[in-house]
Amino acid sequence: MRLKKVTVDSEKCQGHNRCYAMAPGMFKVDEYGYATPRGDGVLASEADIELAQRAVENCPERAIEIIEGEG
Amino acid sequence: MAEPVKEWTADYDIFSREYIKDPFPIWDDIRGKCPVAHTDRWGGSFMPTRYEDLFNIAKDIEHFSSQNVLVADVMPTPEQIEREQNMTEEDQELIQQYNVGAPPITSDPPVHTWARKLLLPPFSVTTVAKYEAETRELCKELIDKFIDKGRADGAVDYAQQIPPRVIASILGINKDDADTFTGWVRGFLELGLTDPELREQSARSIFEFMVGQVQQRKEQPGDDLISYLLAQKVDGEPVPEPHIVGTCFLTLVAGIDTTWSSIGSAIWHLAQHPEHRKQIIEEPGLIDNAVEELLRAYSPVTMARYVASDTEYAGCPIPEGSKVLMNFPAANRDPRVFENPDVVDLHRAKNPHIAFGVGIHRCAGSNLARMEMKVSIQEWLKRIPDYRLEDPDAVTWAGGQVRGPRKMGVVFPS
Repeated sequence: MRLKKVTVDSEKCQGHNRCYAMAPGMFKVDEYGYATPRGDGVLASEADIELAQRAVENCPERAIEIIEGEG
Repeated sequence: MAEPVKEWTADYDIFSREYIKDPFPIWDDIRGKCPVAHTDRWGGSFMPTRYEDLFNIAKDIEHFSSQNVLVADVMPTPEQIEREQNMTEEDQELIQQYNVGAPPITSDPPVHTWARKLLLPPFSVTTVAKYEAETRELCKELIDKFIDKGRADGAVDYAQQIPPRVIASILGINKDDADTFTGWVRGFLELGLTDPELREQSARSIFEFMVGQVQQRKEQPGDDLISYLLAQKVDGEPVPEPHIVGTCFLTLVAGIDTTWSSIGSAIWHLAQHPEHRKQIIEEPGLIDNAVEELLRAYSPVTMARYVASDTEYAGCPIPEGSKVLMNFPAANRDPRVFENPDVVDLHRAKNPHIAFGVGIHRCAGSNLARMEMKVSIQEWLKRIPDYRLEDPDAVTWAGGQVRGPRKMGVVFPS
């Protein structure tokens, strides 16, 4: 089965906090505002995929991606 | 009086009344014809207006330096030059020592990297949340003063009162000094951009005040930003005091009229859109998205970059020493990125706005600004759900570097 995962490129992230504000259950931020996915970033449901897609579309730095991999 | 502008792509004037009052059609005109405009006015500059161009230039820190981020360099007056020539050696030394700008906004890497790292934690989402309750209290007190009158100035009596007091609290400065700050900051960033005497005076006042505050905190540390900065170490060494003064200067200058402009624009917009007031009141969970949309549609801040060496952008040569205006507000109205950009849609799903800039100079105070906007809109609508502009034509705007309403009479049932 193909798994979908959300990733944050730490080189691109500048700590805008947009992803964290809209999906605090999916992303966490450190004291500088830099974001990482919670856990392994696996998107377990359609709702999660939709939420991750929204984070992708709102990130001003284009740092968030949804990738597909073998699971 | 300056010559009126005939061709905006080749002769724009960001301080003209027309541009300050209604820049949106002007940006559309430039974006369609010649996306990177140029002018000889105010010392000369280039001005990108498309999202993609702003994005690329903000990311290219090698060619586009932040050593000078003001949208206009004003020429010193003969009196200022004379004063500088007659300055005592002691004064000259002091000025030399403190000539660090306002880091990290005015610095490039490597200084920028540690200066920014120092400043981000005190403005993180979690730290900023600690000021939410007192900001709410402040908004309530402000509204108490005019709620029975059925009339208020949404800019002067409300928006302008909030950020100076929140920043004062963060810096550990007496809140009664807030009106004094407001005067200095306007003198520096708004009126001072075209008035060099006032600008220098205002900068000097802020600077001297901050030097005094830093000395005081050294003797009596408290739970505030200045004391925090004094306690930090960079490579095992305390942060140089001139740097701390520069950073405090930045916090004051950047945290005041920017945020009050955003709050003012939000109040102005909502005065004319009862359907949006209703949405925010009936769907409390919408507030964060609403704040982002208002930030996009009425982005207050235009920054600038300094071209460090001859370069080229999209086939257009840009010589060393040029100024490039970072028109983030125009980027946020670009139809290539935003569907119906001139329509405010509080439910907008795709909104990667760059009101706080993009790249390594992303506004360090963005979390604070968002919190202040959210709280000030909520508290206003809680008490004044129904209101309108007293006279839409009488609203005055400031613009150039920071755009927002400065006089805005509103009326409501008392």
